[in-house]
Amino acid sequence: MRIIQYREALNEAMSEEMRRDENVFLMGEEVAEYNGAYKVSQGMLDEFGARRVIDTPIAELGFSGIAVGAAMNGLRPIVEFMTWNFAVLAADQIINSAAKMLQMSGGAYNVPIVFRGGNGQAGQLAATHSVAYESFYANVPGLKIVTPSNPYDAKGLLKSAIRDDNPVLVMESEKIYGDKGEVPDGEYLIPIGKANITRQGTDCTILTFGKIIKVVEEAADELAKEGINVEVVDLRTIRPLDVETIINSVKKTNRCVVVEEAWPMASLSSELAYRVQKDAFDYLDAPVVRVTQSDTPFPFAKTLMEEALPNVKRVMDAVKSVSYAL
Amino acid sequence: MPTKAPVKTKFSKKTYLHWYESMQIMRKFEEKCAQLYLQQKFGGFLHLYIGQEAVVAGTVSATKPSDKHMTAYRDHAHPIGLGMHPKYIMAELYGRQTGCSKGKGGSMHMFDKDRNFMGGHGIVGAQIPMGAGLAFAEQYKGTKNVSVVSMGDGAVRQGALHETFNMAMKWKLPVVFVIENNNYAMGTSVERTTNVTDLSKIGDSYEMPSEAVNGMRCEDVHEAMERACDRARAGEGPTLLDIRTYRYKGHSMSDPQKYRSKEEVAEFKSQDPILSVLDTIYKNDWATEKQIENIDKRVKDLVLECVKFAEESPEPEASELYKDVYVGDYPYITD
Repeated sequence: MRIIQYREALNEAMSEEMRRDENVFLMGEEVAEYNGAYKVSQGMLDEFGARRVIDTPIAELGFSGIAVGAAMNGLRPIVEFMTWNFAVLAADQIINSAAKMLQMSGGAYNVPIVFRGGNGQAGQLAATHSVAYESFYANVPGLKIVTPSNPYDAKGLLKSAIRDDNPVLVMESEKIYGDKGEVPDGEYLIPIGKANITRQGTDCTILTFGKIIKVVEEAADELAKEGINVEVVDLRTIRPLDVETIINSVKKTNRCVVVEEAWPMASLSSELAYRVQKDAFDYLDAPVVRVTQSDTPFPFAKTLMEEALPNVKRVMDAVKSVSYAL
Repeated sequence: MPTKAPVKTKFSKKTYLHWYESMQIMRKFEEKCAQLYLQQKFGGFLHLYIGQEAVVAGTVSATKPSDKHMTAYRDHAHPIGLGMHPKYIMAELYGRQTGCSKGKGGSMHMFDKDRNFMGGHGIVGAQIPMGAGLAFAEQYKGTKNVSVVSMGDGAVRQGALHETFNMAMKWKLPVVFVIENNNYAMGTSVERTTNVTDLSKIGDSYEMPSEAVNGMRCEDVHEAMERACDRARAGEGPTLLDIRTYRYKGHSMSDPQKYRSKEEVAEFKSQDPILSVLDTIYKNDWATEKQIENIDKRVKDLVLECVKFAEESPEPEASELYKDVYVGDYPYITD
């Protein structure tokens, strides 16, 4: 199978959907003439022209609102945020307009829109540029949220997001735009709302999503050397959660660790721990344990940054603690 | 009775009679709403349009049915002006299944897809970029339709306005930005929040064509709106209309109005848009008092029909809670 980068997979998804549907267009900062701040939209201006690949000023609230209005009026916008850290300025349009429009109009106006961009930390970018926003938006009914962790998922999930008639948030990462992986020729879609078991195991379930799965996989390899076989569930979609896959895995392994890049308070791990105790209480042989970012703003210094993030050792320790193997 | 020297006007008898009846419906509907609200027939906020009717009446007569309209939360008059039967608005206020938003939106979130009334939006200023987005879609699709997006003078202070003005001008979007300038952002006068009190200048930084318009006169609103729409349809981009109007009632029903004088309110009432239109109708012998009484009776009956319809309509079933949140099936968390 051919090997392409994550950014190329996203590019293929958008380009294929724009060829398929005239109403799909891309807007955002630097998406056109600069070919994307992270080169995700490389070449798209050349193919689709300035009418459909649109550079915006630095005005997240304004262009997000324009895109929501365009979506109410028959178009299917893809809005690229240079990072979700800048999308906080557009939060009103995402939360109050896009997410609620269908409900408050009594079903009259849906908002078929994709908001996408890098999420979470991307190296030593310090406090304002390093927030993992999944749980902020996961709280909001009316939205769907996908977190592709590899090139194959990136293409299949983004294509599904563009075709969805609801607002869909795609949380990517600057850290993995260059990652390479197998992506088949030809069209495929990955359904929104379905998790993917990326590693079969019997001893402990690790629930995770997004780029942090790379840390989890490394930990899983190390644990295997010590005779602990973990099952890794890549959630792929965090709203809605694939509860069935999650619970079935925990029922099989009887242990559960959640690993996420975000802060601990009111996070996805909080919700997942709730769900697992609620639906699989009798199957658990240990409390659910989580590994998250430190409960602090993200620091600049390399030593502090490494201390703040989930790492292989912390994931391994968490698995061992629920296995009473520490 | 006023003296009967005819008034010269470019508008027809039909237009004047339509303006009169449409504005009377808005006025009497809102007066009834105030009364029902005080009787606690329904809850939520209630922001009335009384005094501002000419802004909607002149806008509607100057636009085409295929044009798009959006406003903020003072939104009962817009769908009435566009021709929606007001019983669906009343039912919405009552939170009934038959409401124009199925009882899910309430006073601040009225919608009418059949008449391109695209809300009723509750966050001050949020409708400004969305309204420009409606225009973006029209331009993208190559239509000649215009988007008219209305806001109060308070919304002018939101950053969303400035971001939107910048892009709308750069992209020459076919949009008309209407400031329904009643001089008060809730209880705070324009003068207390800015050193640029002439709101028609707010577009100057973006070189947006702008005009100040007498919002107590349908004729002036219509003519300014027509010019703005012509410009938009010709591909020349947006226009800002600072339409100077006045709300006779408080910001909402809980407003004691201590920030303005009774004399000020009286001064604007003397320029009442409905009386002004009626004056022209009489002076031009376009209707007899009897005929106007018939219209008024029709309006009164219509408003009573609205109340009856709303009160007899069912409340939403509990199952409605999980409808209209997503297109398609969705596995809601229920435990």
